[in-house]
Amino acid sequence: MNAIKFLFAAYIVTWVIHSFYLGSLVRRFSRLREQLKELGKK
Amino acid sequence: MTSLWALTLATLRKDIRLEWRSKDALNSMLFFSLLVVVIFAFAFDPLAEESRHIAGGLIWVAFLFAAVVALNQTWARELRNQVLDAYRVSPAPANALFLAKALGNFLFVSVLEALMTPLFVVFYNLHVLGPAWQLIPIAILGTWALVVNGTFFAAMSLRTRSREIMLPLLLFPISIPAVLGMVAGTTAVLTGDNSAHFYIVLLLTYDVVFTTACLLLFETILHAE
Amino acid sequence: MKRLFPILSVLTAALLAYALYQALVVAPTDAQQGDVYRIIYYHVPSAWTAFLLFLINFVASIVYLIRRNQKADVVALVCAEVGVVFCTVVLITGPIWARPVWGIWWAPGDIRLTSTLVMWLIYVSYLVLRRFSTSAQTQMLAAALAVFGALDVPLVYFSIWFFRTQHPQPVIGGGGSMDPRMLHVLLINWLAFLCFAFLVCWSRFRLELLHREVEEAHAMQSLAGDALAGNGVGAKASVPLSRSSK
Repeated sequence: MNAIKFLFAAYIVTWVIHSFYLGSLVRRFSRLREQLKELGKK
Repeated sequence: MTSLWALTLATLRKDIRLEWRSKDALNSMLFFSLLVVVIFAFAFDPLAEESRHIAGGLIWVAFLFAAVVALNQTWARELRNQVLDAYRVSPAPANALFLAKALGNFLFVSVLEALMTPLFVVFYNLHVLGPAWQLIPIAILGTWALVVNGTFFAAMSLRTRSREIMLPLLLFPISIPAVLGMVAGTTAVLTGDNSAHFYIVLLLTYDVVFTTACLLLFETILHAE
Repeated sequence: MKRLFPILSVLTAALLAYALYQALVVAPTDAQQGDVYRIIYYHVPSAWTAFLLFLINFVASIVYLIRRNQKADVVALVCAEVGVVFCTVVLITGPIWARPVWGIWWAPGDIRLTSTLVMWLIYVSYLVLRRFSTSAQTQMLAAALAVFGALDVPLVYFSIWFFRTQHPQPVIGGGGSMDPRMLHVLLINWLAFLCFAFLVCWSRFRLELLHREVEEAHAMQSLAGDALAGNGVGAKASVPLSRSSK
């Protein structure tokens, strides 16, 4: 059934969006921890 | 102690006098408005059967863009001469300044609308099928809706990068119910298909809610450096 | 506190998996729409979660305007950002659902989807203001904007509602009552997404606190650098510090 493709597309898109956001959080976290370490050294 | 209204009127009169003397903004705005109407006339075929149905939307979109260009200049003069700092320090109520600016913008945008409307009527061969008098409250309430929030957001945008794009970026989403009211109301009157009553009430509600919000919060905004 | 987070994450993941199972397998097939209707189990909970987050943003913004409480400001920012993410999910799953069922991607008179779009625009503009503002009082400006946005939402809803009564259009998402079994699955999915949203907000909250800590450390360091270089009148610019930009 063609319509089922839309169902799976919707579920996949949902998690893709959430993954992008969570990924950006992880990236920002690691960058900030690095900065904090650099500042700690000085 | 001068009253709020006296202060407002004094500031308004000063602004009008300054604007009239320089006429810079006025002239360029008038020409810009004419250009917008002409571009729309090329983009949307005026001879099409449906022109009466879309004219309401076209007119208000044109007014919206003209209003944004006008609003962007609201605080330019005050910024240049550090007037805002003087205002913050003075005991004058901040609302007087806000009302004066909003009223000034209202007058200015109304002049632009008064000039653009006949052009639209000519280009689109418009004649009104519904009760034409209803266009007046729609125009007044709709213009005030754009101007009151626009003046407030223009003050907010002063302290941002990309000031000129910030104003429409903040203004447009919030204005959507008002724009819907203006456009649907105008279309209802032009086509005579529906009653514009609800839209006038919607615009009135919108104006009351946001004028109150602006007056309550403007002092806070003014003091943000 | 730190050990709680991984435990809750595992629990939430399990709950989400269970909710997915309920949505795909346990819930009965819809008589009219077939199996495609199951998109609802992601679309609607995301919408309810987004609305809840925006409501919290509104309350937090008012608290900030009245009390200038920093925690309230962070909560407002976090809820707006995560709310926008969930709202994006709603706006994308909506048309994906509409297309096979009603043959169209979008109906301007569809009150729920259109109101959601306007809400998305309002809160994105809130986030843009926070990023672009150069003022020391960004938080106050943003809080004021949040109040405006929240006041606008009911007006948006009613304006579209009336417009729709005059211009009848297809109603995407249907109305009317729901089979109790479907409602049950819907609520399970909502619970799962709420837990997920809570964890994401918590993470974002910690990230923001860390961010502010780093900003403060930078500021302190540049002050210290000025002091070392001598900051009397006429002193030249201090030793350039290596500052990693964003």
